[in-house]
Amino acid sequence: MTMLAAAGPVIPNYAAQSSSCEVDNHLFCWRWVAHNWGPVLWPALRQHILLALVAVAIGFVIAMALALAAHRYGALERPTTIVTTTLYTIPGIALFELLAAPVGLNVFSAEIALVSYTLLILFRNILAGLRSVPAEVLDAAEGTGMSRTQTLLRVELPLALPAIVAGLRIAVVTIIALATIVYIIYDRGLGVPIHRALGEGPFKTELIAAGGLAIALALLADGLLVLTQRMLTPWARARAG
Amino acid sequence: MHEFVQAFRFIAHNGAVAGGPALPSLSHLALETLKVGAIGVAISVLISVPLGVWLGHVHRGSFIAINLGNVGRALPSLAVLAIGDAFLGLGLTVVELALVILAVPPIVTNAYLAVDGVDPDLVDAARGMGMSGWQVLARVELPLAVPLIFAGIRTAAVFVVSTTTIASLAGFSGSLGDVIANETSYHFSGVLGAAICVAALALAVEGALTLLQRSLTPRGLLMVQREHVLGQAGGVPATRVNV
Repeated sequence: MTMLAAAGPVIPNYAAQSSSCEVDNHLFCWRWVAHNWGPVLWPALRQHILLALVAVAIGFVIAMALALAAHRYGALERPTTIVTTTLYTIPGIALFELLAAPVGLNVFSAEIALVSYTLLILFRNILAGLRSVPAEVLDAAEGTGMSRTQTLLRVELPLALPAIVAGLRIAVVTIIALATIVYIIYDRGLGVPIHRALGEGPFKTELIAAGGLAIALALLADGLLVLTQRMLTPWARARAG
Repeated sequence: MHEFVQAFRFIAHNGAVAGGPALPSLSHLALETLKVGAIGVAISVLISVPLGVWLGHVHRGSFIAINLGNVGRALPSLAVLAIGDAFLGLGLTVVELALVILAVPPIVTNAYLAVDGVDPDLVDAARGMGMSGWQVLARVELPLAVPLIFAGIRTAAVFVVSTTTIASLAGFSGSLGDVIANETSYHFSGVLGAAICVAALALAVEGALTLLQRSLTPRGLLMVQREHVLGQAGGVPATRVNV
């Protein structure tokens, strides 16, 4: 939706604060980053995190419902897989525009697109986790008189946890990456400063700072989820060790 | 829905905008996208398949091979292109470099898992028949690994189509993304039409590679897979083949 601003000559009008580093568009100007962290980079980073968290949270709820349904009624698996795979295959840039037409240029089209990318990953992993529970364990649960719901909550879901967290990890990282192009339909996230810097020369410092933040955020989230995975499933580590 | 009608009209006219300047046709841009993408995938395959297959054959480097895949997934295309632009200036070279950076990890990871995961009993049997290491690799491990290796290439190819389109947002010209990045000339109907073409192109690439994968899979393996599906016996965990 948004256009590349006519690529002007070099460098933004950062008025009074411009130093020769910015004016000459050197590779990286720390001073600019320090001055623009508060007004530019931090808000974009915060919006980026929020976009991703909301999408993964909603996606998780939907995928969990779909996976539980498919776990009980096996016939649902194939159609769900086909639909979510198709959604997953459509490139982000295309899906955002396709949703912008009926939904509009707003947070809804952005989130619908992001959520749709989480579904395949989460659905597949949750279902694989539920199915990985050994038949003997299920027999034992039934033998102790657990109802179907009790078995699900106390046996199947806890045992599926490693696969579920592994799915969350992939989903979070994927969505953080995709959220950089949300800006084409909705003016939020780290794509905004990247886009602006591209239109201004390009302004290298801002490209590196905003692009670097997007990459750092994804790697950090990935690392945090690995730690969470380890904490939630101490038995997996014990077995491996 | 009027916008979609307009968008399909735009596609039917192969991207011509009435009263507008002469712009490259949609079919031309689609071919360019495929060309830029194919170069990226080809380079990535040449680097990653031998690397992943070798690591899998010697059963070493699992940490690197698996985590490489995760890091690759974490890299936002636009951020990689932006940083490439800042350091080297955006041109075909930087776009191809970005494509390779993004396509290598899934291919290496899948190739590694594919060869590493070949049933050790089969490898033992092959050795017992007197096969050398190379023969085991060429006649047993590789044929059995083909489906998973191909799954990695397919993932990478779809990723590459997407990134090639995103390169237009960064100012590269020569893909369907050019239309999406230039609403001034093409209007929203054009942007929407191009988005439909990008989606169709990605699905077509995925479909074509799926067919190719099936035709390259050994018949015996197809039968085994079918039994697995019928018997609900799992197969490869989803977290592994993923993305």
